[in-house]
Amino acid sequence: MSTEIDTARAAALLDEAPLAHASLFRFATAGSVDDGKSTLVGRLLHDSKAILADQLDAVARTSADRGFGGAGAAGIQAIDLALLTDGLRAEREQGITIDVAYRYFATDRRSFILADCPGHVQYTKNTVTGASTADAVVVLIDARKGVLEQTRRHLSVLQLLRVAHVIVAVNKIDLVDFSESVFREIEADVQKVGRELGLGADGIADLLVIPVSALDGDNVVDRSDRTPWYDGPALLEVLETLPAADELESHLESFRFPVQLVVRPQGALAPDAVAAGLDVEGYRDYRAYAGQITEGSVKLGDKVSVLTPGQAPRTTTVIGIDFAGRRLTEAVAPQSVALRLADEFDVARGDTIAAAGTIREASADLYAALCWLSPKPLREGAKVLVKHGTRTVQALVRNVTGKLDLANFQLEPTTTLELNDIGHAQLRLAAPLPLENYLHHRRTGAFLVIDPQDGNTLAAGLVKDHPGDHEDERYSI
Amino acid sequence: MSIKTTNEDLELSVLDLDADSPKAAHPRLSSLDTLESEAIHIIREVVAEFEKPALLFSGGKDSVVMLHLATKAFWPGKVPFPVLHVDTGHNFPEVIEFRDRTVERLGLKLVVGSVQEFIDSGDLAERADGTRNPLQTVPLLDAIQRNKFDAVFGGGRRDEDKARAKERILSLRDEFGQWDPRNQRPELWNLYNGRHTVGQHVRAFPISNWTELDVWRYIERENIDLPGLYYAHDREVFARDGMWRAVGEVSQPRDTEQVITKTVRYRTVGDMSCTGAVESSAATVRDVVIEVAASTITERGATRADDRISEAAMEDRKKDGYF
Repeated sequence: MSTEIDTARAAALLDEAPLAHASLFRFATAGSVDDGKSTLVGRLLHDSKAILADQLDAVARTSADRGFGGAGAAGIQAIDLALLTDGLRAEREQGITIDVAYRYFATDRRSFILADCPGHVQYTKNTVTGASTADAVVVLIDARKGVLEQTRRHLSVLQLLRVAHVIVAVNKIDLVDFSESVFREIEADVQKVGRELGLGADGIADLLVIPVSALDGDNVVDRSDRTPWYDGPALLEVLETLPAADELESHLESFRFPVQLVVRPQGALAPDAVAAGLDVEGYRDYRAYAGQITEGSVKLGDKVSVLTPGQAPRTTTVIGIDFAGRRLTEAVAPQSVALRLADEFDVARGDTIAAAGTIREASADLYAALCWLSPKPLREGAKVLVKHGTRTVQALVRNVTGKLDLANFQLEPTTTLELNDIGHAQLRLAAPLPLENYLHHRRTGAFLVIDPQDGNTLAAGLVKDHPGDHEDERYSI
Repeated sequence: MSIKTTNEDLELSVLDLDADSPKAAHPRLSSLDTLESEAIHIIREVVAEFEKPALLFSGGKDSVVMLHLATKAFWPGKVPFPVLHVDTGHNFPEVIEFRDRTVERLGLKLVVGSVQEFIDSGDLAERADGTRNPLQTVPLLDAIQRNKFDAVFGGGRRDEDKARAKERILSLRDEFGQWDPRNQRPELWNLYNGRHTVGQHVRAFPISNWTELDVWRYIERENIDLPGLYYAHDREVFARDGMWRAVGEVSQPRDTEQVITKTVRYRTVGDMSCTGAVESSAATVRDVVIEVAASTITERGATRADDRISEAAMEDRKKDGYF
């Protein structure tokens, strides 16, 4: 009834106020059935002290009810750590994980958002969902099984989505007697798949392999002395020190700002059109464009291009970067701000403001890679909706040009895509969109395919260059 | 809520160098700034794409933070949607007073759904345990339908509960307000698919990714005003179900329950009949930040009797149309 206090924890989180400046790091976990992913996540949360006493008590009670760990088990050995991440009744009843779950923990170096992506039902949907916002993805492999088709699928999705850091955790290393030769063999297989896929070839993604035992905690938070042949860091050390995706991309001189709303309070003409405490007279001519910077940075006085689909880009100058009454001199992705421009263009939701001269005209021809996430298959001639940035337009599927074969990572001919397929398609849009190649622009190169009937999301789409535009015709997924 | 309204001075950038990342020669946002920008992006998307949004506002800290974010998202314009409160009739009087004061100060429209009216008309039955939290679903859906709200903002966070950890930022609800956890749309990148058919609506949770500590750090940083019962004060309480319950009109001790005066505060503010206080000397926002960082018990575990009913209490309520 009193709030129990763990002063060491408070000191770790607050002293020297490291958290005040600590950045956010998003990562996802992906694995196959029974490779111990939930246990690994539970172990990370437990050993980083993110699990509070009442949660641990609840899990301990359920573990005891089910006889987890056997009669002699005590302390942490008697707790089924997997229960910490299973949220839904059906998951606990069936002992499986159904849907992506989000977990939060902080160390004194970083705050983490963890998307825990289950491996068996709708595995592509879950992995794509988790990976789409992740700075890093941890892929689990069971040391007794090695690289499976599922592993190849995961790695191909991560390469497609350009996840900055891929960490392969070779789990259950305790069950192969901490054998170096088993680990080295799996490590070599993983690196081979990475090379086949071109993981890391673009200089952004990297691939790390770590031997762990989620059950016992080896190399999860602390380095293990049971793997003396491994001299790399523990998993948490890696997660604490890897640069986040926006750090890696911050060198890009490619400011992008999709306009969400026009902020123009006198538009309402009412005396109380402005926020409480403001004088309406002071904002009679106020006009700003609200949005979130998707990429790069902007400074006062920067020259920018405004792209309205269907028109040539227009150039103007940034004269204001406003945020809730504060005037900033610069802003960087992923800040939400409102920009004021020197010229009174007609700018609206759906337009894009970009670093001058860096954005090409909108196009109605869309060439894309698609991760098909729906049981309803994609067929040529289908009419769908495409949601890109702040616009949604109708689209006609002209051709399905190929489907990824996991055996050799080559495209095989097809005219349809089914659940969990990765393929290529060509679409004709009812109105032009400011499409950009996903390889170079992760936010403005991404889109959703939506079912116009029930509104459900059918696919994750990644814009590719038009065939012919591309200097490199070699297939890359 | 004090948002600076002067726009005279150019401020320094909010950016800080992330000293921990040697590879990063470029500035990064702090985690709190990143979460704030994400929430504002979501709030603006929902306003742009929906006909008639509303914000659930109870006077509790999460809904107060939501309203603060909304005022920042549309500055210097007004918050372009009404606030909706489901009044259980068992609310703390000082919270209702705070709600009314805040709504008036910001010039907002308040829509109230009343549990008491539904009980009086016989459309809802009082529960044997007297708890009214689960009874909020019917007046909530009634208010959503009568006002034709197609999107309802809530201050739900994924760190609060196992079921919430699995809910999308934009959560589609059917005609009965039901959440179908096994059939959720994938949420990809920052592209939120809010398409819905007639009769369906969407619940939007812009602070899904915030933790309790993030919320308190933000309240401290932004100097956000809260109802006084979030801070330590003396109160007549009695012990029940392992929690300190306030003595009030709807929360009376039984003969065996002894009333004593304790220095307490609330970690969550809900229905008086099921919300417990914690013993605490945290009288300022700074004290609370330190206490939350040091706490070894989750906020719902410490203070909500209704979440102790079963392991899946929140999941069951959400499937029935709850927040």
